[in-house]
Amino acid sequence: MTGLLQQPGYDEERLKRVSELLPCREVQAGMLLSLMGQPQQYCYPSVFIYGHRSSGKSHVTNILMEELELPHATVSCVECVSVALLFEQVLLSFFGCDAASLLPRSPSLSDFVRIYRQQSSQFPAEQTRYIVSDTSPELLRDADANLLPALLRLQELVEDNVTVILLSEIVWETFRPNTGCFEPLLLHFPDYSKDELKQVLSKNKHPSYSAEFYSSYINILLGVFYSVCRDLRELRHLAALNFSKFCEPVEAGKAKVGDTHKLWKNIEPHLKKAMRTVYLREVSRCLSAHTHVELPYYSKFLLIAAYLASYNPARTDKRFFVKHHGKIRKTNFLKKNEKTSNHLLGPKPFPLDRLLAIFYSVVDSRVAPTASIFSQISSLVTLQLLVQISHDDQLDAPKYKCAVTLDFISAISRTVNFDIVKYLYDFL
Amino acid sequence: MATSSVSKGCFVFKPSAKKKKKTLDLESYFTDGCEDARSSELRFELCQDLWDQIKTETEILQDELNRKVLDSLLEFTKKCSSIRHHSDWTSQMRASEIPTAALILGVNVTDHDMTFQSLSELLQTSVTPHVASVQAKECGALKHLMKKVLERLMDTVVAVGDDDDDEVEEETEQHHRSVHCSLTTLCDWYSKKTKKSSSGTPGKKRSSLVVNEQQEPPVVIVFKDLEAFNPRVLQDFILVCSRYVQRLPLMFIFGIATAPSTIQHMLPHSVSSLLCIELFQSLSCSQHLTTVIEKLILTHSFPFKLNGKVMQVLVGIFLYHDFSVKNFIKGLQLALLEHFYSQPLSVLCCRKEKALLNLKHLRHDDLERVRQLPSFRRFVEKQEIEEQEKLRTDDSHLKNVCQKLMKDLHKYHKCYYPILRCLHTLTSSLPRYPLGKQIRELHLICLEKNVWEAEEYQSAVNLLKMLAKDELISLLQKCAEILQPIRSTQMKSACVQLEELLSKFQQLDAPATDQSTASEENFTSPVKNLPKKTDLFQLQKTLLESRRSRKKSPFEALRNEALDFIDTLVKSHLSPPESQPLYEVCYYSSSAAVRRHLNAAPRTSIQAALSSPYHYLQNESLKSDDGTVSNSAPDICIAYKLHLECGRLINLYDWLEAYSTVISAAEGTDPDSDGFGKVDEVKHARFIRAVAELEFLGFIKSTKQKTDHVARLTWGGC
Repeated sequence: MTGLLQQPGYDEERLKRVSELLPCREVQAGMLLSLMGQPQQYCYPSVFIYGHRSSGKSHVTNILMEELELPHATVSCVECVSVALLFEQVLLSFFGCDAASLLPRSPSLSDFVRIYRQQSSQFPAEQTRYIVSDTSPELLRDADANLLPALLRLQELVEDNVTVILLSEIVWETFRPNTGCFEPLLLHFPDYSKDELKQVLSKNKHPSYSAEFYSSYINILLGVFYSVCRDLRELRHLAALNFSKFCEPVEAGKAKVGDTHKLWKNIEPHLKKAMRTVYLREVSRCLSAHTHVELPYYSKFLLIAAYLASYNPARTDKRFFVKHHGKIRKTNFLKKNEKTSNHLLGPKPFPLDRLLAIFYSVVDSRVAPTASIFSQISSLVTLQLLVQISHDDQLDAPKYKCAVTLDFISAISRTVNFDIVKYLYDFL
Repeated sequence: MATSSVSKGCFVFKPSAKKKKKTLDLESYFTDGCEDARSSELRFELCQDLWDQIKTETEILQDELNRKVLDSLLEFTKKCSSIRHHSDWTSQMRASEIPTAALILGVNVTDHDMTFQSLSELLQTSVTPHVASVQAKECGALKHLMKKVLERLMDTVVAVGDDDDDEVEEETEQHHRSVHCSLTTLCDWYSKKTKKSSSGTPGKKRSSLVVNEQQEPPVVIVFKDLEAFNPRVLQDFILVCSRYVQRLPLMFIFGIATAPSTIQHMLPHSVSSLLCIELFQSLSCSQHLTTVIEKLILTHSFPFKLNGKVMQVLVGIFLYHDFSVKNFIKGLQLALLEHFYSQPLSVLCCRKEKALLNLKHLRHDDLERVRQLPSFRRFVEKQEIEEQEKLRTDDSHLKNVCQKLMKDLHKYHKCYYPILRCLHTLTSSLPRYPLGKQIRELHLICLEKNVWEAEEYQSAVNLLKMLAKDELISLLQKCAEILQPIRSTQMKSACVQLEELLSKFQQLDAPATDQSTASEENFTSPVKNLPKKTDLFQLQKTLLESRRSRKKSPFEALRNEALDFIDTLVKSHLSPPESQPLYEVCYYSSSAAVRRHLNAAPRTSIQAALSSPYHYLQNESLKSDDGTVSNSAPDICIAYKLHLECGRLINLYDWLEAYSTVISAAEGTDPDSDGFGKVDEVKHARFIRAVAELEFLGFIKSTKQKTDHVARLTWGGC
């Protein structure tokens, strides 16, 4: 292979295996490896790797760590709901559980540094230790004011051969604190190009088919989807989903493996169909069948009233809901800033009593203000059809917003024979 | 109390055990305020029996209805757990995804608990012991969610595995330190657990449900109400879980109340791409209700009945308010309890044999009650004079008559429901559903009045008269199938007649070939004979004439015969229950009580209390006829009454003045005296308290629009 990884101090065989496992990322892996230097050498204190989703950041780092058997601790920032968990995981994987149990109940950064030093003096690093912080390290930035700057120069603080690698989807500039900090080395992982994607996807070929057959399939797949989707994970999913359809004619004996044209003819409609549901995953398949939501009768009207309250200006309520409002044209209402459609601006909050007033005027029968009417409002909130704007604790005059679309509400109002468009200010 | 001690001092006397306050059990609660204490025990027993019957039946029903979706869900979990061990290419490609079942349950959230309960029981018995269900309200943050999941999973194991108490305890102690609350702990625990169960000594007694064939039973996490979860928390949790999916065979079940698109609203693509989602749809709640009504109400084997109004209230609450079958059954329970509690004659509301037995034991005053029943009085009035006299005086004769009447009532029920079903099958497929789509609608019509007098019935019959042959035959066949299994002489004969009709229809087929062509000719000829130029009116006229003059085909004659037969059946069996003597024994009719209990109107009752305090306080001096509030009413009532006269903003000082005038009048101060209407400190304080109370009840609130004004929060008034 051309881009074979080379770095003194590591086992040749292993490096070879690594480069086989990292197709199309040889350059980046080589760069990282040369930054890391030889195992016993000190590495740069912190490395910041960034690139889009599924551009191989975690994969490259993990493979390097695992295959070269470097001492490392991989922590997920999402999982570490408190810094304590982060410290604990690092200590656990470097020094075992005894060290982790030394941490006090809610440890501070200096506790961590103290214990780390104490432990590293007992077990000094023979090789560079790596702390890899995976998945959204921006949580580290938001967690504690001095956490990220401290981690960036951890090598200095603990006086040990340790390097922090941050893997991020966003650029370093958004991380830099106002007070300034130690600048890490930046390493960018570019997106895979079309050829690279093809190469990577062809890697996981079906065992019962030849590599050429599979890569011809990938070729077709990329030809269709590359313009809309470059996400490796999604493409891999699509490949797995449609492959059985692709080899159907081969299995049925209708086409030979080499008959590309026939196979293309066969798979094309399936891919076209899959095109409509790219990124939506399985849910979408039966989505259209289930969009209809059944609601109790008064809940429907409550929702309609909420929609009207959200999208009509309060001044116009009189026009819509008072019987003898006289002839009031839309222009009389129009204020200068209201020329834009309310539907473009999104739902507006409204108080409970306005909701009820509209409810009582749209519902055709006399409804007693019973407890279950009010409980229906709160169940609409839990179903996320309404959103409560004011805080839960505010019992007095709560405010809501309607969170459903026009299509949804029209479908609902059709079931109760209510012509909602006639009551909407935008469509007057 | 006396002591044997000679010295002075403090002595402690323990109360003797006998004097302990006896806690009332259910039965004594029931019998306490009951109408007739003597029969109350019996009634309580009957009521209890019926309720148990309802409960078991509904549980069985629920299980049956959910079986399909639960089975497919179970299948899914099994498949998911087995797929991990296959080295199938597709499954390998998707190994990094967490299998997820999206269970669409409908908006009746209160009913879901039962479904989830049986789901997790099923899962535990047949797939995996590791099931944890979480609710949104206990998971405000990722930390809490994680903790709950860990606790539930490990706790279930504590309950299941009985051989390693010490270790588990140690672990639970460990994870109670919330620092250890991470999935790593769970992974370690899980690998320990699976290792243990696979290498477990065969001699040891095992709890029945450890699934040993599978080396790695999946870990199922059920999110009961997906909509209510904080999306952020859920996303983070899924992200975390996906990191462990290689070590831990995780599986999610999402309970969704609205639509599957919720998942896309809550989870961004980066998260939802970690899931492999499959959709499951449970039965709709209205179908569920239909089956419940079918099983519990439309059956003669269940002696307790609801009258039309009560039924209307219960169904109304279901359709208009909550869609909850659970609440419907609660309503049924309430009606049952009220019926047995308030109607002494409900001792007769049980199975036929037992009712006849109970009838024999009725006492004189019970029989007096029977004589008071409106339906019985109506019955008596129809009898001969002598018979009337005898019924009024002779107890034993009355008992004999009642016996016959009870038998008749049972017979009526036995015929009513099959005929109702027949009529429903005939009419439910008609265009525009004149008699309702659901059988409960037809039932309601029949309970209200004589169904054959209803306009809808006429239009239904007219539509039936236009049915084609094969349609009619298939409907009649269905009717015959309904009547077949009924063990009643009347129904048997009706069934026989129906079969005869059907066979006649069948016979029509044989010679029909030539006849039908003849009739067709008959039909088409007048149109053919039309003159070339014709106007619409002419055409109409000729067509009408031809229709009138046309001879009825044998099929049409037979169709009319069949429909007439159905009509007679309806007229003889579908009369409303009020026409039956002694129907009050079985029918609960107080719809107002049910409504009051199930559909409370707090605001109405507060307003009633404030505007007519007599209603609650029962103090004679507060009584007033014309809806005014007397001067001596509580302060808050007076303040409330005065505030009704104001507009949206109320001037506090004016309000106080008016209040003090009213209060002075109540105190009997001379209107001409100096002090009349003057505000003293006590009045001021009382007024402020009344205002504060009104604010607390939500009638007014302070406003910033105008100083020393308050805003009214309710509209309407005088």
